[in-house]
Amino acid sequence: MVKKSAERIYLTIIFLFLYLPIAVLIILSFNDSKTKVQWGGFTLKWYKNLFSDSTIMAAFGTTIFISLASALFATLLGTLAALGIDAMKKRNQTIMIGATNIPLLNADIVTGISMMLLFVRFTRLGMNTVLIAHITFNIPYVILNVLPRLKQSSRTTYEAALDLGATPFYAFVKIIWPQIRPGVLSGFLMAMTMSLDDFSVTYFTKGAGINTLSTMIYTEMRKGIRPEMYALSTILFLLALVLLLFMNFGPSARKMNKGELSP
Amino acid sequence: MKHASHSPCLQMKRVLRKLPLLAVFALWVLLAGCGKDSENTLTVLNYGKYLEPEAIEMFEEETGIKVEYEEYITPENMYTKYRAGAIDYDLICTSDYMIEKLIQEGEVQELNFDNIPLKENLDSTYFDFSKSFDPENKYTIPYFFGTVGILYNKDMVDESEVNSWNILWDEKYSGQIIMADSVRDSFMVPLKLLGESLNTTNEQALKQAQDMLIRQKPLVYSYLVDEAQDEMIGNNAAMAVVYSGEAGYALEFNDKLAFSVPEEGSNMWIDSWFIPKSAKQKENAEKFLNFLCREDISMMNFDYVYYATPNVRTREALDEELQENTTIFPPKETLDNCEVLKPLDDESTMKLNLLWKEVKAAD
Repeated sequence: MVKKSAERIYLTIIFLFLYLPIAVLIILSFNDSKTKVQWGGFTLKWYKNLFSDSTIMAAFGTTIFISLASALFATLLGTLAALGIDAMKKRNQTIMIGATNIPLLNADIVTGISMMLLFVRFTRLGMNTVLIAHITFNIPYVILNVLPRLKQSSRTTYEAALDLGATPFYAFVKIIWPQIRPGVLSGFLMAMTMSLDDFSVTYFTKGAGINTLSTMIYTEMRKGIRPEMYALSTILFLLALVLLLFMNFGPSARKMNKGELSP
Repeated sequence: MKHASHSPCLQMKRVLRKLPLLAVFALWVLLAGCGKDSENTLTVLNYGKYLEPEAIEMFEEETGIKVEYEEYITPENMYTKYRAGAIDYDLICTSDYMIEKLIQEGEVQELNFDNIPLKENLDSTYFDFSKSFDPENKYTIPYFFGTVGILYNKDMVDESEVNSWNILWDEKYSGQIIMADSVRDSFMVPLKLLGESLNTTNEQALKQAQDMLIRQKPLVYSYLVDEAQDEMIGNNAAMAVVYSGEAGYALEFNDKLAFSVPEEGSNMWIDSWFIPKSAKQKENAEKFLNFLCREDISMMNFDYVYYATPNVRTREALDEELQENTTIFPPKETLDNCEVLKPLDDESTMKLNLLWKEVKAAD
């Protein structure tokens, strides 16, 4: 009995710890007062302001574009890389995996500065440089997600298909792709989250006048965060929640569960 | 048959071997291709939230110049960004002591005031104050200014005492005092009480100031920078050392609050525009400066930032009550009693930082 309630209390505390800050944020997004220490009544005006604020919307658009485009490119390149690595000899494989893991463990700030140094040698910093940088740091995440899938997939089935007259492309589509698809998908999602989250790399590689949400919020800190940002964060949180619910309970959930989606 | 299928494969391999080289070359062309265009642009670097975004749009429409607008948080932050050299800034706004440092390093270009006729709108008093970091007034145009003082809660504090920094050492207010969490602003307070310059490098004076700060520490509720205003609005503390701009903002939300610049004197800060050596579009930058001095634009920026503007016309256009608001517009007597921060040499900076660390670490 005591053990049971202790368990409950522990769980409650953990969940409070995780979700209380988000709850506070959501509540503040409806607060009709500019300062966060006064409650001025319920309002939706921050949501209205949010959509008419060109700075925030531009940053939001950039963020979405960068994270989608970089995740897409990284998934393509990363999957190809994983296929290549999988076909290598054992020794070369170890070397390649090591080489892709180093940028993964490398501090963001080092990646950011070194990329900036490289970019300024050839070009002006702008949107392209941010995109290239994001693709670069996203690739290892995709490889990391696809490679284990490839290892599990049976090579013999693929060879059998070839023996039976399938072209390599056809055999890939019919045999390899269905087996690695969940890995590719989770690699894509992970790459997108990493790109959405990133501050350091973006901060160093972006050109003047280009902002993602994270770099914009950073400069806002000087004079306190505007309530519009609470509204935006609330919307982003709800979007993530909907996406999560859809992935777990949506129509394709059962199929996905079979190929369990790693976080 | 076997032979026939082999040879295209070999050819393929030969091509593939050259692929990495080709890829590097393609990347080079791609990277070199984007940017590097000398368009009609202007790259501006400014403090965060320090210019009405609509004003930039208006400038773009009126002149056809595309503005690339970039923001930063602290002057030190700006310095590293500028020094990294990754972006060629045409126009930068920052604080007094940092401008002086950059002038000393030869990083600032002289302005051509013929291109900035609307400079006439600015009160010459503030050009005089600017002489402390720009002695001949040839490098900078003042943008906003203010002081440092005590923001206090009228219900909790005896108002007859706030005209002296001594109140911050009064044990009556133990646990209700917020000090600034920055070296120069914190040392300014005891140095002024000691009758010293806030730019002193005299070790004895600095040591004495440090002793006072350590003695004060048990009374301090917290050392804060930006959060100080929220704590004051929420009635969580009796007084705080803040910038006049922040005080003006806090006053809007809590009418129990008031602001005072103690008579021992204080720090006056001026944020000004300058054109750095890296500028590629000097004329566009001067056009923008002229635009900022225009009455309507200056008014838009005043409404957005709510700090004291040196623009006379803007100030005259405000309602009487706001013009007389001494929190936002410190009177000339107060300013004459204030000093502008100067950059310290590296050795003194290090010593001062060490002294401050000892204050923060003291029990």
